[in-house]
Amino acid sequence: MSTWDRFVETFFNGKVMLKYLPDILSGMVVTIELAVLIVLSGLFAGLVLALLRSLAIRPLNWLIVFLVDLFRSLPPLVIIVLIYFGLPAADISPSGFVSTWLSLALVLMAFSEEIFWAGITSVPRGQWEAARSTGLSFGQTLMSVVLPQALRLTIPPLTNRTIAITKGTALGTVVAVTEILGQASSAVSNSYNPSPLMMGAAAYIVLFLPVVVAARWIESKFAWKR
Amino acid sequence: MIETFLNPEIIAAAWPIVLAGLLNTILLSLIVVPLGLFGGLILAVLATVHHPLVRWPLMAWVDFFRAFPPLVLLVLLFAGLPFAGLELSGFACVAIAFFLNTGAYYGEIFRAGIESVPTGQVEAGRSTGLSRLQAMTYIVLPQAVRNVLPDLLSNTLEVVKLTSLGSVVAVPELLFQARQAQSLTYSPTPIVVAAIIYFLLLWPLVRLLSRLENRALVGRR
Amino acid sequence: MNAIVEARGIHKHFGHLHVLKGVDLAVAERELVFVIGPSGSGKSTLLRCLNRLEEPSSGTVVVDGIDMLDPKTDINHARQRIGMVFQSFNLYPHMTALGNVTLALRKVAGKSRAEAEALGHAALARVGLADRAGHTPGQLSGGQQQRVAIARAIALEPRVMLFDEPTSALDPELVGSVLEVMRGLRESGMTMIVVSHEMGFARNAADRVVFMDQGLIVEQGPPSAIFEAPAQERTRAFIGQIQRH
Repeated sequence: MSTWDRFVETFFNGKVMLKYLPDILSGMVVTIELAVLIVLSGLFAGLVLALLRSLAIRPLNWLIVFLVDLFRSLPPLVIIVLIYFGLPAADISPSGFVSTWLSLALVLMAFSEEIFWAGITSVPRGQWEAARSTGLSFGQTLMSVVLPQALRLTIPPLTNRTIAITKGTALGTVVAVTEILGQASSAVSNSYNPSPLMMGAAAYIVLFLPVVVAARWIESKFAWKR
Repeated sequence: MIETFLNPEIIAAAWPIVLAGLLNTILLSLIVVPLGLFGGLILAVLATVHHPLVRWPLMAWVDFFRAFPPLVLLVLLFAGLPFAGLELSGFACVAIAFFLNTGAYYGEIFRAGIESVPTGQVEAGRSTGLSRLQAMTYIVLPQAVRNVLPDLLSNTLEVVKLTSLGSVVAVPELLFQARQAQSLTYSPTPIVVAAIIYFLLLWPLVRLLSRLENRALVGRR
Repeated sequence: MNAIVEARGIHKHFGHLHVLKGVDLAVAERELVFVIGPSGSGKSTLLRCLNRLEEPSSGTVVVDGIDMLDPKTDINHARQRIGMVFQSFNLYPHMTALGNVTLALRKVAGKSRAEAEALGHAALARVGLADRAGHTPGQLSGGQQQRVAIARAIALEPRVMLFDEPTSALDPELVGSVLEVMRGLRESGMTMIVVSHEMGFARNAADRVVFMDQGLIVEQGPPSAIFEAPAQERTRAFIGQIQRH
């Protein structure tokens, strides 16, 4: 057998790949579930924090800024490990899935709060003044005039950051989550063959490359003329 | 609570292990960040060649490594390469994976920076006889870097956090050491300590970035 | 006089800067008061104190019987009675002209969508832009944008209109269209307080001209008096300067 054939036999072994394809596919489902949960809860929490911050209540702001700083400083893997291996000492035993979801959602919450806040504060002062001068309340102004404009500004950095964080779902392997990498790694140890890992890599590409391309497209759509 | 999560005896016992991890994390960062910056710079300068044969593969490369989870890349190198007869240390795998992954991110940042410098600058430089490379080095890059400094800092912060991935491939950085200590002492204290260290280490940079990026809701109520 | 706007003893500090040093201004119904003065004189600040976009450091402001500075006053409700037009228009870029005009009608005045749109179309017709209701600000010229801004303010049927340098940001050839709308408003009996440099307009349309300098009202009177025979030296100096153009 030539070197190339041997290479293909090892890394792209058809039999092994076929055998473990179902596992990889179920891993993809878990990855997608995790990613969707993280994106929805993280962005929601981040938006809520940014809206709370606009109320300008000092002690609340300090708390928000502290939380945001905390989850921007800690590596996501550390948070996962802390939750999964640490909390049981306090009699709370979250599953690997929940630990991964919680950790990445908190990180996304922190980053998205900063991005939403930057968007809100960059809406020109005149917009606030005009709306308020027609009798709109603070809340109405925020909802109808400021947020729609702020959100457009936040789309590009938000899509980038969200993608970066959801790739962290792979970290779930460390706490036995049966997502793609986890499945692929077990398959590799069980079969003494790296092909499942190549499948896993392909699975990630299949999942994330379209998202990255879609993000580029969304960004271009939201470049709007002032 | 404190007994469990911040047990002083365990802190004392685990301290040397954790400290060694911290030093390794710092060492790792000092190696990986310049590697990434270097890779990114090359990618960005290459991107200024507007030939489609260069542009498209470059964009594909960057998009690929931005889409591909760094941990998967790391595991691929660490667990996969041995099957090809290449046994790299965890450390070497981290270096390569980070070079590829963070290089792509830094590359995008540098590229945006270079594009933000008006072409008139290059024209002025060339008209005084500077070569393309000289114009790039002395005129464009200094301005480009200044323009994207916040993004560069932000990404550097991410890279340092990413070193914690080394724990998955047995690189004895901070998180790995903390987990070792945890399994030795059956206590979560070392992990809490490691988290606190990470926070203390990185929080100043986070604050700095916040300052650079932020405003208050001045006059907007 | 039956003052519809009564501001007494208005002081405003911005940090160490004492911008308004005790201003009294009373404006009668249907009056058009023109406020002039060098930049930094505090004229815009005074205007913005009237609808509480700026908080006076001390003093009282009563508009149409409502104490604007009383914490118990529903400021949002009160602001519906005061219309404001800004130098930089401040139209909402993500809404059409009609959307801009009807937003407050729906949210604050509680009108139904149909009612609001009818009122909105009427307001836009009053400023001559009935056919532009579906355009976004980005599709309108500066003069048109400012007229939409005026429509947005008058749609709420205010008792007083405040104009903060309404034409200063416009190209010269577009100024006329806005002044014409303002003239129309005046003719329909609106009470107007205008901060502006459009002296020609002041001469023709103003009932009273108020000259401010360094945070105080120096002199006020009918346009003929202020422009032709100012009593104060500072007024004379200012008028002289602007006449030279």
